[in-house]
Amino acid sequence: MQDTVIESKAPTAKTVQVERTKKTTKTESNAMNAKRSPTEIAESITETVGKPLAQNAKLAMRNVNVHYDQKQAVFDVNLDIAENQVVALIGPSGCGKSTFLRCLNRMNDTIDICRVEGSIQLDGMDIYDSKLDVVPLRARVGMVFQKPNPFPKSIYDNVAYGPRIHGLVNRRADLDDVVESSLRKAGLWEEVKDRLESPGTGLSGGQQQRLCIARTIAVSPEVILMDEPCSALDPIATAKIEELIAELSQNFTIAIVTHSMQQAARVSNRTAYFHLGRLVEVNETEKVFTNPDHELTEAYITGRFG
Amino acid sequence: MTSPNNSKPLSQQAALVQKSLAKRYASERRFKAYGLASVLFGLCALLVLFVEIFGGGLSGFKTTQVALTLELDSDVLEVYDATNPDEILAGNYTGVIRNALKERFPDATGRKEKRALYSMISVGATYDLRDQLAADPDLLDTSIDVWILADDDIDTYYKSLSSVPYAERMSDKQQQWVQDLIDKQEIRTIFNTRFFTSGDSSEPEMAGIRGAIMGSLLTMMVTLLLSFPVGVAAAIYLEEYAPKNRLTDFVEVNINNLAAVPSIIFGLLGLAIFINLFEMPRSIPLVGGIVLTLMTLPTIIISSRAAVKAVPPSIREAALGIGASKMQMILHHVLPLAMPGMLTGAIIGMAQALGETAPLLMIGMVAFIMDVPGAITDPATVMPVQIFLWSDSPERAFVEKTSAAIMVLLMFLMFMNAMAVLLRKRLERRW
Amino acid sequence: MESSVLVIAIFVLGIIAFVVGRSRSVAISQNVGGIRFLNSLPFYYGALTALWCAIPSFLVFAVWSLFDDAIIRSAIIATLPAEAAESVGGNLNLLFNQIYNVSVDAAGSESAPDYMVAAAQHLHSMQSISRWALTGLVLACALGTSIVVWSRINPQLKARYQVERVFRSFLFLCSSLAILTTIGIVVSVLFESIRFFAMVSPIDFLFGLEWSPQMAIRADQEGSSGSFGAIPLFTGTLLIALIALIIAVPCGLMTAIFLSEYASSRIRDIIKPMLEVLAGIPTVVYGFFAALTVAPFIRDMGLSIGLDQWLPISSESALAAGLVMGVMIIPFVSSLSDDVINAVPQSLRDGALGLGSTRSEVIKQVVIPAALPGIVGGVLLAASRAIGETMIVVMAAGLAANLTLNPLDSVTTVTVQIVTLLVGDQEFDSPKTLAAFALGLMLFLVTLSLNYFALHIVKKYREQYD
Repeated sequence: MQDTVIESKAPTAKTVQVERTKKTTKTESNAMNAKRSPTEIAESITETVGKPLAQNAKLAMRNVNVHYDQKQAVFDVNLDIAENQVVALIGPSGCGKSTFLRCLNRMNDTIDICRVEGSIQLDGMDIYDSKLDVVPLRARVGMVFQKPNPFPKSIYDNVAYGPRIHGLVNRRADLDDVVESSLRKAGLWEEVKDRLESPGTGLSGGQQQRLCIARTIAVSPEVILMDEPCSALDPIATAKIEELIAELSQNFTIAIVTHSMQQAARVSNRTAYFHLGRLVEVNETEKVFTNPDHELTEAYITGRFG
Repeated sequence: MTSPNNSKPLSQQAALVQKSLAKRYASERRFKAYGLASVLFGLCALLVLFVEIFGGGLSGFKTTQVALTLELDSDVLEVYDATNPDEILAGNYTGVIRNALKERFPDATGRKEKRALYSMISVGATYDLRDQLAADPDLLDTSIDVWILADDDIDTYYKSLSSVPYAERMSDKQQQWVQDLIDKQEIRTIFNTRFFTSGDSSEPEMAGIRGAIMGSLLTMMVTLLLSFPVGVAAAIYLEEYAPKNRLTDFVEVNINNLAAVPSIIFGLLGLAIFINLFEMPRSIPLVGGIVLTLMTLPTIIISSRAAVKAVPPSIREAALGIGASKMQMILHHVLPLAMPGMLTGAIIGMAQALGETAPLLMIGMVAFIMDVPGAITDPATVMPVQIFLWSDSPERAFVEKTSAAIMVLLMFLMFMNAMAVLLRKRLERRW
Repeated sequence: MESSVLVIAIFVLGIIAFVVGRSRSVAISQNVGGIRFLNSLPFYYGALTALWCAIPSFLVFAVWSLFDDAIIRSAIIATLPAEAAESVGGNLNLLFNQIYNVSVDAAGSESAPDYMVAAAQHLHSMQSISRWALTGLVLACALGTSIVVWSRINPQLKARYQVERVFRSFLFLCSSLAILTTIGIVVSVLFESIRFFAMVSPIDFLFGLEWSPQMAIRADQEGSSGSFGAIPLFTGTLLIALIALIIAVPCGLMTAIFLSEYASSRIRDIIKPMLEVLAGIPTVVYGFFAALTVAPFIRDMGLSIGLDQWLPISSESALAAGLVMGVMIIPFVSSLSDDVINAVPQSLRDGALGLGSTRSEVIKQVVIPAALPGIVGGVLLAASRAIGETMIVVMAAGLAANLTLNPLDSVTTVTVQIVTLLVGDQEFDSPKTLAAFALGLMLFLVTLSLNYFALHIVKKYREQYD
């Protein structure tokens, strides 16, 4: 029954896939869901399936709702991100995953009409506490953006900027060390060590993005948020960044939004699937991509929409 | 379109189109001609204006001098010790010059003719003579050959001789004397340094623009120091901090309206508030600068906002994402990146303020001031007002001075505009 | 201490406070393990100390300076004997000025009455007390507040947060200056206008046909209020503005069209800056040009074709002023039109071109109708410019308040009269001076509403194509 619904939604070549995955239809797709479109299914979701919570949560989100003016973008999300784990947030465009990610270091503060409800705790501290200063928060929860956005300064100054404003080092030699180690961690040192004083904007796209990552880790944040860090890059640059993420995960807690399911599968420990602002499923990455619990997740990873 | 001869006959519609074509193309050509004519009209106006002003103003940079042999007789001068400043100051230099003139033109007889003769030399000549004597006391009781400053009537007449002689204020006798001087090559025009070194004067040949230039500089200094920081701060507030509410909207409407309020209204504001209410002195660059600040502020705010807006949001996010505070984001990233745009706006605003006259008339900067101002609280006038004052003077010789002053003002303005263009080109960033 | 010295002293103390505050935070940070354990960078501790040092003391200074004159003045006047007030006919201001003159110029005090010399001495001593008290207070304030802040510096102090709040407040103050300016204009113009309308009825002012303020200051002038009829000024202003617009609107519009639709980019790059030069020339230069070149030329032309048989021809004509003003406004109209024409979407043009329109047909039938609201807005802004323009009319239009529509005659305008009435000595209790403010009020109201509507129309137009 359900298949016919999806067929009517996407009556193209994908129908074949639908037939193939018919058998894996999950427990959730009971009679209740019959004859409903993915949108309707998504709107009826009240609870996330899988294991959204974790033991040693670095970041704990509870009942997070995000509104843009009248429009609600994120509905009632509960999720834990455990220490030194990479969590991938996937889902179709406009499903609220980037919005959600930006909540985690309050970058949404820059948007006037954006309103966040619920609790988000970093090591047990509510980051939406009205008395909380966002500046140290963002030093602990760094962010890498979709488009590489180096400052129009030298490569050195780009990386040194964070440590400087946060007063992390006292001496120039220490700063040099921080810059070098950050660039090394970002895998950029060998490429730029001879031209640290040349402008960061002169690098290639992939290098720029690694520079931005180096800039972020120079502050030694505890959590790094990555908002589709590879979407503007070619496959080779993407591969380098992915390699880098794997290395970084040893020391940092990472939340990454990505459009590429392969990327999510490659880099993350856990994967969270968002649909229309709702967190549908959270599970071990392997499980999500081989045997997801929710029909929508399955529909997405098999490419039926999104 | 192919000609109808060697193709199928056109459909009825196509034939109609064909028929109207000639008319339509004629209308097209006419329309284009109107456009071209408009452009040419504007350019011609520019050309006429420049020709008129430069043609009339170049001679204003020259001054006429007459050669005389002066007997610096201590009895006539009543100066016996040329090292004594008091005596030097009180010396009767007019007498020396008059004696020399009588010597040179013995044919001047009678009171009237003598007065005509004396009036050919400017009073400025006596000051020059005094300064010369003070600088070199040994000249006392000697005879010197000097070029001394001619009166403005002579100046105007002599300069006009090459085209249409202007002799309305010259008697026949005076014209003869000038002719005599010309014949003996005892009259000349040289570059008028006094024009750049002295303040205003009621005697055209002695008037200079130094006072006005200094007044303009001081006024502009006040304007720049006040309007640039305040304008930039306001622009940053409106772009980066201001919440979207009615107060912000009201501020925006106000700024846009103020940018189009006639400048004379700002003069009324200055007169009522600063002069009347706060009892600040009239005619001083401080008040002028404040009034011009209020006038240029909207321009600077509007262009600074555009510059702030042009900084891509990704830079802001990058700074915030790393944990910079809003103030750090603004001071470290937005402001440096927007600075070229802001400076361009400020220069354009300053150029506007430099050419502004009307509001300054209201706060009394039209006073006749001979001294060169040295501080923002000294009475002063500014370049455009000086131009206005001179253009209003009845003396013919002020016409060329006015044009010359306009040329100097235009030079300043062009320099500023060129700087703005250069700044825009040099520091323009492409994202 | 002199005020300027005091201001500099506050500034220097602020710098010292910065250095001291900063170094204390650095010293404290050594105990807790380094700068990174401070709440904010040392810079902010220094800045906080400096702000606390300078701002309160400067406020004290400003308030004191604002009021001390008035307080001393009333104190002096209160001590004067009653006969003193009688001697100047109750004019206390005049009396105080005399006392002030005596106090600064001891030589002139010989002829002054005793009580005045005494008051002058009193004034002198009070002034010096005030100065020293102010100096002491300001310095104590600066030192006191900075020491308090200095002693409170600790790693938990949120120095950056507080400095940023001050920064933000400063930015807010700067942006609210625009409102203050508007309020200042309205208040200053309105206040004097109300005084004027108490002397001259608004009906006479708005609808009177005769304007001769010069005669009205004579006490024996009969019906002096009848001389403030502003209609001749309004018609003169409108006549000149109309002439200017007749020149500027077609020329500016066609220039914009030619440059954006016909001219090659190379020609555009040459001509546009040249026309911008026209916009950058100061109005006083245009005025000089109008008075010296254009006005005599027009008069001679008029005389040579014998127009003077039918019309009065004046050497200062509305036509000369209007013509030159029109030339001045051309670049303004052309750049505004350029903006609105470029905002018309290419798809509209393509639609018309695809049907086989010629270029001029596209412009006339598609672009201009689509851009019309924007163009109207631009014309209104240009009209506001023309009405408020001062120097050209002051120098070329003349002072004679003729009620005429003859462009060759001399007319006067609102702005010319404001300048004439206010340049030179003013008495703020004579209707002659106050009339300038009433005219200013009219000018402000008219240009404000023109601007408001124009900006509104242009904004609506922009939104349409955004």
